[in-house]
Amino acid sequence: MAAGRAAVDLPITNPPSTARRIDLKIKLLTAFVVCTNVLGNFSMSWGMKHQAVDLGLSPFAYIRLIFTPWVLLGTALLILWLLSRMTLLGWADLSYVLPVTSIGYVMSAILGKVFFGEQVTWQRWLGTAFIVAGIVFVGLTAANTTRPETAQ
Amino acid sequence: MKWLMVGIIVGSTVLADLLQSFEMKRHSLAAEDLRPGRWAGVLRGLAQRGPLVLAVFFMAISFFAFMKLLSVADLSFAVPVTAASVALETVLARVVLRENVTALRWAGALSVACGVALLAM
Repeated sequence: MAAGRAAVDLPITNPPSTARRIDLKIKLLTAFVVCTNVLGNFSMSWGMKHQAVDLGLSPFAYIRLIFTPWVLLGTALLILWLLSRMTLLGWADLSYVLPVTSIGYVMSAILGKVFFGEQVTWQRWLGTAFIVAGIVFVGLTAANTTRPETAQ
Repeated sequence: MKWLMVGIIVGSTVLADLLQSFEMKRHSLAAEDLRPGRWAGVLRGLAQRGPLVLAVFFMAISFFAFMKLLSVADLSFAVPVTAASVALETVLARVVLRENVTALRWAGALSVACGVALLAM
């Protein structure tokens, strides 16, 4: 773990090529955060819908469910999501990460329609357009405005 | 009860994200830390960092409050109303974390908040 890389130890400015490389790394990590979240939630949802387990109030039923393949895969993906999101929050602004990773809502809606046959109303498509527009706006701004870049 | 739960969810989500962002900017992780073989060590390291433990605590409060909200309100109400945290967190990112939130970023955050609300209807 790279704990201890304090901001004060970093150079104040980066040459343009380094800045571009860092920007690319942030965008790739953002895509990774979104994919692990969407696939993790999808895997959990798929596992829950295809299990004939009566959950009731017994904690053992939940424990058994966690160790089924799809739910286990979903859990692993969500652990990876948590770690990668924390990493991203160290590299980019919170006010950048929140809107940009919201594309996950859109992807989840699409997966829900394709794999679970869920209905997508006009409000949902309008919501999707708003989210995509918001992501484009935020994506045009600098990812990190508080200190020198760290994603090296 | 309904609005109390909404307040708890939004408040605890905002606190969890602010704490995570604050702490991860002080000591960020490297890309290599995401390799599967290193998860256990990374998680152990993160568990020793007070602000992150507090952030997970607030995430847990938010999760259980959301479950409680779902028991007293419709999903079509619960999800969009919690999207308010995106706008509130952008305000606090500017005020508390001193991020440079430009007009374009404000527009983006508001657009996303509206989009999430519409998506959940």
